[in-house]
Amino acid sequence: MTEKTLRKGNEALAEGAIRAGIRFFAGYPITPQNEVPEYMAAHMAENGGAFVQAESEVAAINMVYGAAATGTRSMTSSSSPGISLKQEGITYLASADLPCLIVNVMRGGPGLGSISGAQGDYFQATRGGGNGDYHIIVLAPNSVEELGNFPKLGIELAEKYRMPCMILADGILGQMMESMAFNFDPIDPNKLGKFDWAVDINKQGRGKSKVFSYKGDNLIADVVERAKRYGLIEKDEARYEERNTDDCDVLLVAYGLSSRACLEAVSTTKEKGLKVGLFRPITLWPFPSKRLAELSKKAKAILVVEQSLGQLVQDVKLAVGSNVPVGLNAYPAGGQPDGNQILTAAKSLLTGQTEGLFDLQWHAANFTYKCERNLSLGVQGDRKGGNQ
Amino acid sequence: MSTIIAQKPKSLTDVPMHYCPGCGHGIVHRLMGETFDELGIADRVIGIAPVGCAVFADDYFKCDTVQGAHGRGPAIATGVKRSKPGAIVFSYQGDGDLASIGMAEIVHAAVRSENITIIFINNAIYGMTGGQMAPTTLVGQVATTAPKGRDPKLQGWPINMCEMLAQITGSKFLARVAVDCPQNVIKAKQAIKKAFENQVNNVGFSMVEVLSQCPTNWHASVPQALEFVRTKMMPQYPLGIFKDEGAK
Amino acid sequence: MPRIEVDATRCKACYLCVDVCPKKCLGPSKSISKKGYFPAEMQHSENCIGCAMCYRMCPDIAITVIKE
Repeated sequence: MTEKTLRKGNEALAEGAIRAGIRFFAGYPITPQNEVPEYMAAHMAENGGAFVQAESEVAAINMVYGAAATGTRSMTSSSSPGISLKQEGITYLASADLPCLIVNVMRGGPGLGSISGAQGDYFQATRGGGNGDYHIIVLAPNSVEELGNFPKLGIELAEKYRMPCMILADGILGQMMESMAFNFDPIDPNKLGKFDWAVDINKQGRGKSKVFSYKGDNLIADVVERAKRYGLIEKDEARYEERNTDDCDVLLVAYGLSSRACLEAVSTTKEKGLKVGLFRPITLWPFPSKRLAELSKKAKAILVVEQSLGQLVQDVKLAVGSNVPVGLNAYPAGGQPDGNQILTAAKSLLTGQTEGLFDLQWHAANFTYKCERNLSLGVQGDRKGGNQ
Repeated sequence: MSTIIAQKPKSLTDVPMHYCPGCGHGIVHRLMGETFDELGIADRVIGIAPVGCAVFADDYFKCDTVQGAHGRGPAIATGVKRSKPGAIVFSYQGDGDLASIGMAEIVHAAVRSENITIIFINNAIYGMTGGQMAPTTLVGQVATTAPKGRDPKLQGWPINMCEMLAQITGSKFLARVAVDCPQNVIKAKQAIKKAFENQVNNVGFSMVEVLSQCPTNWHASVPQALEFVRTKMMPQYPLGIFKDEGAK
Repeated sequence: MPRIEVDATRCKACYLCVDVCPKKCLGPSKSISKKGYFPAEMQHSENCIGCAMCYRMCPDIAITVIKE
């Protein structure tokens, strides 16, 4: 426990990770997460841990694979294009059942995209991301305080279920400063017990540990065993926050930074004569489908607010089925929602209008987000100058 | 009264090896096992098994093992060593693994002078996937992806890893050996032992490149394969010690 | 008197040992092993000098060298 102090998101995250007993960090520079490896470079050694600036994101995640194999609380952080590179290691970590912490301080994409915050990596994070049938636990903080406290939650869940855990933040959350307190005392990793599965030395007859990813004929049993574990996680570990959900006409669903704009909408809701509540998934995988399905029976409509092209909305629709109309208010690629825009969209949803709503059939969309490029350009797939 | 002069090292398991008849991998595994026994480090060793023919190497070593992604052995070894500094960590890699997909990882492990031992099996071909051209495939050598033989105009020239890594300050011990005859096996053993002794003595990055026969994918009999090592590989990949800064 | 033992369950009949033996003690067995190979076997034990060259070259670690 600590007093409230003013901290930058990325630094709170890094300090939180060290306090959570993380003692191995490997990373590669990429904006907007650079404060994390910089903080680790400055403070990991004094805490008896190791910091390695890797030659690439691929190498960094594989260093984490090696460190995690020893049972050391291990971590890497990056931002969207870097997380794409790490997918090789993440799927290997998942297949070898290794716990670790992966941080994605998201930026705009696809490709090099932009360096401003965005939420375009929702699919990548919640669907596994790499090859094969697997999931990782995904935590979505919406404040500097949660950024600082989620490393402990994340690594504990990762160890409990033997799988990687990702903290899915975004550029703005990482860069902003806020008053925050750590809600736990620093953990001394030397006082944690040993894992039977971890590779070690001087084992004195404890038996051989093998961390491996090639399963061959045992693959089916392996994947099915993991699926059972996933079932337990979905049952026991779904986390969420609710605001004003008891009495609302429109239930907003949003995570991370966009949930803060929704909070603004909720707080001004009465003045505008509209009853709005917020359901904020804290775990994106497991997605808190059960509770959302319950709430969907009470609300007149659900409005999903996300800084992506309609990713979160798919999980919401899967959760609520046809209980209630689901609208999308999307701010892709670095667009920033605000309370007024959200309330306009919420009203539209209730009244059957389209202002502020984002049609998933986007070629026919009433897409009101200010876009610098002319969307009417259409498809540009024609070759020119051929003679066939 | 009978005395055993030579037998399977204690550091190796009883699992029969899956390698093809005449393959060099098994000889190198044995030399490593002998080294662990002789240096008394068996209970401190942690091995990194690669992707490729040696993906099952973890079945043959009694030590704890981590099997990781293709080319990433040196990165995984870095993670293991930095979080378990008392461990003696080796990464066992083939030529496609180390000199192609894992080029960045091996170079930067040397740059950081990670105190690890790399055993690099160079047989100038991709074995497990069925004989494709490797970065170390010789000019003119036929491979399934170089059906007319490696043509430098199309595919460039073979890469000499020891010579290349010798340019890096952080590399401390680099040797190229072969396992084509008993004399060379003895020299290979000396080099492998040195590479592990260096790690015990915190010398830094040590690598032994082993020219190894692959009769199957060279489409050669075992004697022909040995001949290929001697007459074709050795001129391109001369044996010797390219760097030894651990002697002091 | 030195002698060798070949573990027929490990031997894959590459005959590196046969080729390398300076005294030509070893040869292929006439009986097939469980693995489906004709394993190497000691055929002229009287000539064995216990040099262990066969052991050094054996990729399957199938050979044990013993001095009586």
